[in-house]
Amino acid sequence: MSLKDLNRSLWVFHVNSGSCNGCDIEIVASLTPRYDIERFGMKLVGTPRHADVLLVTGPVTRDMEKKLKRVFEQTPDPKVVMVIGNCGSTGGVFYESYNLAGPVDQVIPVDVYVTGCPPRPEAIIEGVVKAWTKIEKQGEKK
Amino acid sequence: MIDALQAIVLIPIIAIVGIFIALLFKGIDRILAARMQARIGPPLSQPFIDVKKLFMKENIVPKNAVKWIFGMMPVVALTASIAVLFYIPLFGFKPLLDGYGDAILVIYLFAIPSLAMVLGGFASSSRYATIGAQREMVTMLSYEFPLAISIIAIAWLVSSTTACSPAFSLGAISIWALVGPLGILGLILLFLVMLFVMPGEVGAIPFDSPEAETEIGGGVLTEYSGRNLGLFYISASVKTIAFAAFIVALFFPGNISNTLFLTGIGAILADALFFLVKIFIIVFIGSTFIRVAIARFRITQVVKVYWGYASFMALFGLLLIAIDLMGVV
Repeated sequence: MSLKDLNRSLWVFHVNSGSCNGCDIEIVASLTPRYDIERFGMKLVGTPRHADVLLVTGPVTRDMEKKLKRVFEQTPDPKVVMVIGNCGSTGGVFYESYNLAGPVDQVIPVDVYVTGCPPRPEAIIEGVVKAWTKIEKQGEKK
Repeated sequence: MIDALQAIVLIPIIAIVGIFIALLFKGIDRILAARMQARIGPPLSQPFIDVKKLFMKENIVPKNAVKWIFGMMPVVALTASIAVLFYIPLFGFKPLLDGYGDAILVIYLFAIPSLAMVLGGFASSSRYATIGAQREMVTMLSYEFPLAISIIAIAWLVSSTTACSPAFSLGAISIWALVGPLGILGLILLFLVMLFVMPGEVGAIPFDSPEAETEIGGGVLTEYSGRNLGLFYISASVKTIAFAAFIVALFFPGNISNTLFLTGIGAILADALFFLVKIFIIVFIGSTFIRVAIARFRITQVVKVYWGYASFMALFGLLLIAIDLMGVV
């Protein structure tokens, strides 16, 4: 079992950890005919049990901290975590707010950051390609 | 009838070829669905990549699940789906277990994968899976009725017009030649009903409320991951082509080689290709086209559509065939 087997067949589960819904709409936009990420074998699934990639949006509010950890643990290995948007990457406009449990990487390990407020669908697809290269490198190491 | 040695050699071959064709058709189905939505769609080999990936993933069994049922049901589902292939004529050949089972047995075998999913869903202890399992049961109760009417109408037609074995053996007779104009109308109605039952039987989109991933997070399959999910994935694909082959065997059993005056290996190849084309047309109309054209029904609407419209159509078809056979008109 290695990460390389995930290549070209990434099933995506979307976690909203307190996002404003901007990034979420852009994720849905990348599924539409114009961008069509199903070309790369990606599919939006309804439960973390089926997922290979967690798309995390939002800066992780205190309320969502435990739930995000649980979703991460429910996802079967091997898995990749992608953060979509400035909030998840750095805290964004909520930087150092008393309501935050951190940016996402303070709660769960993150593999790829896609910045932007919100990022364009092209940027999300580029993030997926980066996830691929990362997966391939890890496959070579093993 | 075949001997045991032949069966032992042929059963794995049919199983492997069946799974290969099923996944290939799934790939074609996904590309065509994408093209109809003005998308490019995944590559043809996508289902193979998906299955390979699923078998490599971690296989999680929930702590509160009934572990032996949870682990056994994907195997049961796949076994039953493949078992159907042994009773249906494939590639222009007679069924492998010809003479051991008939259409009635095939209907029961088709029910097993759905029942396995229901049991697996209840055993996985997730609330979403429980809701999904209940919906799956209701869907089954709904589509089995029109399906049974159609099969029994055809069985009755065949057994009352030809000197045939107890119920009837699949693919032996062309039923269109047995009836007059009214009966042909009735058979067309039954054929439409079977096409309409197909998405419910294979869990495709207008009738996929048991697996609705946008409302109940994957339904019966919520807790399944890795290898178990992969087995269910293959099982659903095999069931799709098995049901299409079943419809082909009931309504369009003919071969093309006699028409083209072919003999030997050419005839076998032509028949096999003709069979694949027939299956493709049935899968395209019964699964791909319907799932792109219509959005998901609510579970209450599923019952209404099947028990109301489909059953009424099937009964009307049965009535037309009965009138035709009794020579009233």
